[in-house]
Amino acid sequence: MVDYVRAQERRTGWFLTIPALLVLALVFAYPILRAFWQSFFTINLGNQLTPAFNGLGNYIRMAQDGRFWNTLWNTTIFTVATVSLELVLGMGIALVLNQSFKGRGIVRTIAILPWALPTALIALAWTWIFNDQYGVVNDLLLRLGLISTGINWLGDPTLAMISVIIADVWKTTPFISILLLAGLQSIPGDLYEAQAIDGASPWQSFRQVTLPLLLPQIVIALLFRLAQAFGIFDLISVMTGGGPGGGTETVSLYIYSTVMRYLDFGYGAALVVVTFLLLVLVVAIATFFLNRSRKRASGAV
Amino acid sequence: MTTTVPESQPRSAHQHGVRRIVLPVAVVLTVLFCLAPILWQLLTSFKTDAAIAEIPNVYFPRPDQLTLDQYQKLFERRPFFNYIFNSFLVSLASTVLALGIGAPAAYALARLKLQGERIMLAAVLIVTLFPPILLFLGLLDIVRYFNLGNNYLSLIIPYTAINLPLTILVMRSFFQQLPKDLEDAARVDGYSTPRMLLDIVLPMTIPALATTGILTFISAWNEFIFALTFITREDLKTVPVAGAQLGGASPFEIPFGPIAAATVLGTIPLVLLVLFFQRRIVQGLTSGAVKG
Repeated sequence: MVDYVRAQERRTGWFLTIPALLVLALVFAYPILRAFWQSFFTINLGNQLTPAFNGLGNYIRMAQDGRFWNTLWNTTIFTVATVSLELVLGMGIALVLNQSFKGRGIVRTIAILPWALPTALIALAWTWIFNDQYGVVNDLLLRLGLISTGINWLGDPTLAMISVIIADVWKTTPFISILLLAGLQSIPGDLYEAQAIDGASPWQSFRQVTLPLLLPQIVIALLFRLAQAFGIFDLISVMTGGGPGGGTETVSLYIYSTVMRYLDFGYGAALVVVTFLLLVLVVAIATFFLNRSRKRASGAV
Repeated sequence: MTTTVPESQPRSAHQHGVRRIVLPVAVVLTVLFCLAPILWQLLTSFKTDAAIAEIPNVYFPRPDQLTLDQYQKLFERRPFFNYIFNSFLVSLASTVLALGIGAPAAYALARLKLQGERIMLAAVLIVTLFPPILLFLGLLDIVRYFNLGNNYLSLIIPYTAINLPLTILVMRSFFQQLPKDLEDAARVDGYSTPRMLLDIVLPMTIPALATTGILTFISAWNEFIFALTFITREDLKTVPVAGAQLGGASPFEIPFGPIAAATVLGTIPLVLLVLFFQRRIVQGLTSGAVKG
């Protein structure tokens, strides 16, 4: 009887999970496996898109491809800059939202708004904000007397990188503050009281209570953001298209134009594979720290 | 951080004073940071061309500098309601599918003893982190093979899939919190598993489904790269892509007014969602990310 029930339960279980597994396999597993396979072939306009086995040729080409290394460098700068800025700013906003004040509900609503809006449209808004002639950033800087002529923000490689970083920080900081706020709310208030009785300053109790207990949430936010920032496409594609002169071209943009503009499918597949492996590496490192921080957090209290 | 400092502490009076100044400033800065770029776009969309191009910028336009022309020009250029309809259809369909496929899987992962459960869960977690750029090349193959280019399905299927991991994680954490007594009682009463799921579990699940659905709808509405690649027919485009492609007749003439109008129209549905469902969004996001 028990065996029968268990067998039936197992059958139901498979029946309930198989559709999800099939869809995930089709949209996630197949494209990645397919990219691994295609990366060993030359498939481009040179051979009318008929796959020709090429061994590691695409990977050797990548190692010598200056544009690839440049995009990898840009991606790293973008990822490190945005994620660290967002973490600091997101923590600040989460601390504010965790206080009790009048109208907190509406402020919390406003604070998640940027996260919910379409990135492509937000990119348009920021392009307009950074416009060299009529942009509001230049206008404010001129009014403050900090500059005497408008800066061409999106026309200079370094400034364009700074601009897309600012736009991304605006767009995704809310995501981090939401996660951190949830963590803050789960910290019992008596811990702070105990700290205060011991005469700890707010900064000390932040360092000694908040940060250690928040570490799991911080690492999770970090994990999600690292992966998202590493694959950034829409924001930069709309704001600069990777320009000027490749100054903001990330790996994603390079993959996209390799495939869609140059129709070089084999090389595009190799780029996908390498990006995938790099991402796995980053995620593995972050997960390692996540597990360690979880252990430490559960040991601390 | 100083909320819980007891009043009796000698320093707390001073800290309270600091808090009275610092907190309002921090709140105002937060609100400004989050709203200013949106408000600027909103203001631009209601300005006349002359007011848009006025230097220094016009922050408080006179009545004669305000107009609805930018919206009118947008609709003359492009079928923008068409784009909104497309986005709506694709987002809604993929949300319903993601819930229909994801919720049962989440239930099985939360309640039933399955072989390979941990592997499945790990796979779902990892897949959450895949950026779409890694998938579009392989999906292009599938779209070509089934001849799905310029078909809503070429977006509905991938959107369903990219929303499945989140759906499974949020719903699984919901099912784990649901008391099991009712299900046990139903079994004792002789309900079969499918009937128990439909008659007993489903009605209790509706709030959680709504929470998850809002998140999947937002992410489908905002998706860019698949929509850019698989849809080239003008009348089938979604809002983000159509908005991004609102160039002028020449590269020197960028229609900032209509672009601002498009940004406003394309974001209104999401602003409404956030206004009405702020709590649910926060709840869903945190249970999806943290408890997974």
